[in-house]
Amino acid sequence: MKKKLYSEAIYRLLIIVIAVFSALFVGAILLLIAKTNPLTAYYVMFTEPLSGKFGLTEILVRAAPLMLVGLGIAISFRSGIINIGGEGQILIGAIFGTFIALTFPDLPPYILLPLVFIASFIGGAIWGGIAGWMKAYLSVNEILSTIMLNYIAFQVYMFLIRGPMIDPKEVAYGTGVPQTALLSKNAWLTRIIPASRLHAGIIVAVVLAILVYIFLWKTTIGYKLRAAGAEAKAAKYIGVNVKNYLVLAMLLSGGFAGMAGAIEVCGVHHRALESISAGYGFSGIVVALFGGLHPLGIIPASAVFGLLIVGADMMQRSVTVPASIILAIQGLIILAIVSSQIFFSNIGLKEKIMIKLKLMKSGDKDDT
Amino acid sequence: MILDFIIGIISAGIPLAAPLLLAGLGEMFNQRAGVFNLGVEGIMLMGAFVGFLVVLTVGSPILGLLAAIAVGALMGLLMAVVTVKFKAQQGISGIGLFMLGWGLSGTLFRVYIGGITSITGIKPFSFPLLGKIPIIGEIFFQNNILVYIAFLLVPISWYVLNKTAWGLKVRAVGTNPQAADTLGIKVERIRFQCIILGSMMAGLAGAYLSIAQTHIFADNITAGRGFIAVALVYFGRWKPAGIMWGTLLFSLAHALQRSIQVYGINFPYEIAVIIPYLLVIVVLALSYKSQLLGPVALGKPFIRGSRE
Repeated sequence: MKKKLYSEAIYRLLIIVIAVFSALFVGAILLLIAKTNPLTAYYVMFTEPLSGKFGLTEILVRAAPLMLVGLGIAISFRSGIINIGGEGQILIGAIFGTFIALTFPDLPPYILLPLVFIASFIGGAIWGGIAGWMKAYLSVNEILSTIMLNYIAFQVYMFLIRGPMIDPKEVAYGTGVPQTALLSKNAWLTRIIPASRLHAGIIVAVVLAILVYIFLWKTTIGYKLRAAGAEAKAAKYIGVNVKNYLVLAMLLSGGFAGMAGAIEVCGVHHRALESISAGYGFSGIVVALFGGLHPLGIIPASAVFGLLIVGADMMQRSVTVPASIILAIQGLIILAIVSSQIFFSNIGLKEKIMIKLKLMKSGDKDDT
Repeated sequence: MILDFIIGIISAGIPLAAPLLLAGLGEMFNQRAGVFNLGVEGIMLMGAFVGFLVVLTVGSPILGLLAAIAVGALMGLLMAVVTVKFKAQQGISGIGLFMLGWGLSGTLFRVYIGGITSITGIKPFSFPLLGKIPIIGEIFFQNNILVYIAFLLVPISWYVLNKTAWGLKVRAVGTNPQAADTLGIKVERIRFQCIILGSMMAGLAGAYLSIAQTHIFADNITAGRGFIAVALVYFGRWKPAGIMWGTLLFSLAHALQRSIQVYGINFPYEIAVIIPYLLVIVVLALSYKSQLLGPVALGKPFIRGSRE
């Protein structure tokens, strides 16, 4: 039996590795089109961030928001609702948190920081909840509504940091950079490694990941959420109010993305500014899928994509290919991962491949 | 004054409808065959970029449009392989395709062009005589050629879908693929054709934005129009005429929002820009009942021998 599980694990790993390699292979063709040697580009992307303290700490700086967004997305996907609105939820969360931090600058950190995170959670939850409610009660396609809410959130956010919430100094000096005032130090997340940007947010994210695992797999509500997502009709049968669970899933999912906004505000920038999200809302989808929609898979997955994002920045500097190529590569990885699912769901296909790989045979022998 | 304002909005709104219409009709074919292609936005971005690049280097708008259609076909092929051959979840695949198109168009733009440059592209022309009729001429007879093509595609799409053997197959595949399969219709082949056709139209729609509408290319130039086109397919109840009314409603709102800014009415810019997106959500919420009229097999991969 053990051997069978073992061969199953090898099979899974093999499929994922092949999927990612095919995405990187297509990515290499794209790099060639972008007049770049793919080998040097990939080499820089995958090794340079690992070669020093700066790179290593930056990977974790990026991993923290990715992890939170990825967790939120895993909660929604597991509950049968597809949240593409991470980007908007991050922004609304960031602005809610910033508002609290700017309003109560003198509260001691141990009160202010939790308040900021709660506010960000609420902001993101509202933004996600709108889409969840519309899905549940008006059957509005949640993918389209969350995308529209992304565009709306961006405009609302820009309006606020350009207008009512702009840093008074920007107005006084006439520079007019759209950003809020610097938060008081009480709202800053502690730097855990000196002379780097690595802050305590990564610890918060890992703790939350473990909590999400416990919530989804060890509590009744979590079980019902997953039941609603896996088989809505059956879930109704056992008395789950599927509609309410859809809304709950989106509230939680949005809330987690909102907290990613707080992490960026309190941990990295110490204010709300235009480029606060840096595409984490979309990258979070890749992280969640790559992590198998499982909190404990998302922890390492967020580090992997933290590496890719930092690597892409470094690639931009040394190989001079725009860092936006990483967005395209992430898109390819999504396509590859969703395509690879057929190798898990189609049992016939799976057995055929496993026999060819002689994984199944050894497993069976052990079984009998 | 008021009349001028209204005529201004209508004559500005009609050309704005063209890209939504092109992409929307294309998406309609996708969805009628049962495939939900959210990658339209990414395909439009690539179409806009490739079309622009060809016009900038070669100078021929027609070659630009053809190149955009070709790149659309290529991305459609990818989408078809992923969703039909590998039977992947369609919504997420679409987001992957969107990110691919967005990231790649942005990257290639920086590599090959670098900054904002403008091209002559396709200009509106005035019909002889007809264009001189007051009001009507201004609204209907002073547009660029693609606007007429887009609106002509409405009856053509209707005809193809409802009056040809191929259209019947498309509808069968989107409604009951299992039954279609038993009748010997090649479900996967029809879906491939529809996805690629829809993607070619999305590529053209993207090229419209850069070649005929703005005459520039900028990162993320589509600003959600691809997603809006998908939403309008729901609103239009999967019918060409319905989609046309949806795009018109939408582009008039867009033109209204623009003229609010032009006329200097005191209104925060960001809030005005929200209007179209808000409208999509409202439209989706209002048309929720129409979802029952949608293609039954929409979003479900076809697995031979399965009973669902």
